[in-house]
Amino acid sequence: MSTFAELFLNGISMGSVYALIALGFVVIFRATEVVNFAHASLLLAGGYVTATLHDDLGFWPALLVGIAGAAIVGAAVEFLVMRRYRGSDHSVLAIVTIGVDILLTTELTRRIGTDVLTLGDPWGDSVLTIGPISLAHTRIAAFVAAALLITAFLLAFRYTSWGVAMRAAAESPETAALMGVRLGRVSLGAWAVAGGLAAVAALFLTVFPTPGLERATSLAALKAFPAAILGGLDSTTGALVGGLLVGVTESLATGYQSELTFLGRGLGDLAPYLVMTAILLIRPAGLFGTKELARV
Amino acid sequence: MSEALVGPLRLLRTRTYVWAAGGIVLLAVPFYLDRFWLQAGLFAMAAAIGAIGINLLTGSTGQLSMGHAFFLAVGAYGYCVFASESGDGLTGLGLPTWLAAVLAVLVSGLAGGLFSPIAGRLRGAYLGIATLALIFIGQHVLFNARDLTGGFNGRDVPPLSLFGLTFDDSEVVVAAVPFGSAEKLWYAGLVLLLGCGLFARGVLRSRPGRAMNAIRDHRIAAGVIGVPVARYRAAVFVLSSMYAGLAGVLLALVFQRTVPDYFGITLSLEYLAMIVIGGLGSVSGAVVGAVFVSFLPQLLTRYSDALPLVSAPGTGGIAPGEASRYLYGAAVVAVVLFLPGGLVRMAAGRRVRTDQGEKR
Repeated sequence: MSTFAELFLNGISMGSVYALIALGFVVIFRATEVVNFAHASLLLAGGYVTATLHDDLGFWPALLVGIAGAAIVGAAVEFLVMRRYRGSDHSVLAIVTIGVDILLTTELTRRIGTDVLTLGDPWGDSVLTIGPISLAHTRIAAFVAAALLITAFLLAFRYTSWGVAMRAAAESPETAALMGVRLGRVSLGAWAVAGGLAAVAALFLTVFPTPGLERATSLAALKAFPAAILGGLDSTTGALVGGLLVGVTESLATGYQSELTFLGRGLGDLAPYLVMTAILLIRPAGLFGTKELARV
Repeated sequence: MSEALVGPLRLLRTRTYVWAAGGIVLLAVPFYLDRFWLQAGLFAMAAAIGAIGINLLTGSTGQLSMGHAFFLAVGAYGYCVFASESGDGLTGLGLPTWLAAVLAVLVSGLAGGLFSPIAGRLRGAYLGIATLALIFIGQHVLFNARDLTGGFNGRDVPPLSLFGLTFDDSEVVVAAVPFGSAEKLWYAGLVLLLGCGLFARGVLRSRPGRAMNAIRDHRIAAGVIGVPVARYRAAVFVLSSMYAGLAGVLLALVFQRTVPDYFGITLSLEYLAMIVIGGLGSVSGAVVGAVFVSFLPQLLTRYSDALPLVSAPGTGGIAPGEASRYLYGAAVVAVVLFLPGGLVRMAAGRRVRTDQGEKR
C-alpha cells in the first residue's frame, strides 16, 4: 500500500508539471487556434538558459532569466513567424510550428550536445519521510510551484482584463477585435505566458531523480501533448485533469513495471499515449473539450 | 481556334521531351555515378514513395499524421521477419523474398486499418497527436519484441530476389560496369516509384481524389453530397500506410540493416517537411520535397570540407546532419509563409494555371 501511495503522490507531482506544460499549450490554442508543436522546444530553451546561467547568477535569478528567456522566445516565434501568415487555415500554421520546432530543437540539442546539464536547484536529492512514505523534496516543490502558478493563472484568466481579452478573443476573434481587443497583443501574450510556464516545467522535469537537462528532455516534454489532448484542447480544466492523469499513469506504470514485464521495459513512457488513445476512442474531443459545431 | 491549340500542344510536346530526357538520364545513372550517389538516390526514391503516401493523407485529405515513421518501420521489419530464416533467437518465416515484400506492404496496410477507428473519427490536431502515439508504441515494440525485431541492434535484411535475379552484392557486369546491390536496386526503385506515382496520380485525378479533396476542404459538406466520409478517411489511411510500408521495405533493402532508432519522431517530422516543402496534395510535390529533404544531409556530408560553417561531426562546428535540419526547418517555415503551394507551384507557375483551368 505504501508503494502505491508513494507512486501516486509522485505521479500527482509529475502530473502537475505536465499540467503546466499542457496549460501553456491550451492557452496558445484558445487565443490563436494554433496547435503549437514547438512547445517542447520552448521548454528546452527555458531549461537551457537556466542551466547556463545558474553558475554566474545563482539559482533564483537564473530561473527568472530562464522564464523570461523562454517567454521571449515564445513571443519572438509569434511575432516573427505566426504573425506573418496571412492565410486562414490553422492546420497549416500547425505545420509551421513543426518547422519552428525542428529549428529550435536542432539548435538547442546541438548546444547541449551529449552533456547532462544541472539547473543548480536548491533541493538536491534530499528526501522527506512521513511514516512509510518517502518523497523527494523536488517533487513537493514541483507540486507546490505548479499549484501556485496554475491558481494564479486561472485567477488572472478569470478576473484581469488580460484574461477577459483572451477569453473574448477565443470566443469570437472578430467581435473581440471590434470591441477594441488587440488580437496581436493577445496572441503575443499567450505565447509569452506559454513559454514562461514551459520554462518552470523544464526546471521540474530536470531535477532529482532525473539526471538533468539533456537531449531527451524534449521527449519528456512531449508527454504534455497527450495531457492536453485527452483533457480537450480548448479546456484549461482539461489540461489540469489530463496532466494529472498522465502523471499518475506514468508513475504507476513505471513503478509496477516489474509486475508487468510481459509488456516489455520502458512501459512508463508509453502509458500516457495508451491512455490517451483509449480516451480518444470514447470521446474524440477529449474529456472536457467542446464538440465543434459547424455550419455548412 | 487552331492558333489557340498550338500553345498547349507545344507545351505538351516539350513536356514529353523533358520526361523522356529525364527518364534516360535516370536510367543511365548507374553506369556513370558511384555507389554514394546511387545510395543517396535510392534513399530519395524510398522517401519519395513514403512522401507520396503521406501527401495523399495529409495533403489531399487534410489528415495530419505524425506517425508515418511507424508504418515505415512496419514495412521494413515486416520484410525482415517474412524473408529471413529463423535463427540467432530471431523469428523468421523464410518466405520467398518477393512474397515477403508484398506481405510487408499488406501488413503495413493492416496496421493502418487497425488504427482506423481512431483515424476515422479524429480531426486536425487531435489526429496529429494521436498518431504521435503510434511512434511511441512503435519504438516500444521495436525495442522489446526482440525475437521479431532484434531489439536495440536491429536485424539484417535479406537481399531481395526476383525472377532469379538477386539484388545483392554479387557482381554482374553490364557493359563493363560492375553491378552491385545499389545499381540493381536503382532500377527496382525507379520502377516502384513510377508505379506508385502513377497510381497516386490516378487516385487523385479521379473520383476518390475529388472526394478526398472535398473532405479536406469541407468535411460536412462532403458528407452531405454523399461522400462516405469515415470510410474514405479510413481507406486513405490504409493506402497511405501501404505506401509507407513499401518505402520501408525499400529503405531496408538499401540500408541492409534495420535499427529501431531510425524510425523515431524525427523521421515522421522529416516526411511532413517533405510534403510541405514540395507542395501539399500533389504527387510531384511529394517527390520534389523528398529529393530536397533526403539529398540535403548527403550533399552536406559529402561537401562538408568545402562549405563554410559546416564541419564533420564531433569537431565542434555544425555537423552536416544538423545543418540540413536547419535548412529544411527554415524551408518549411519559409515555404508556408511566402510560397503557399510549395516548390512545385513556384517551378511551374504557368503549367499549374492551365491545370487548374482543366479542373474547373
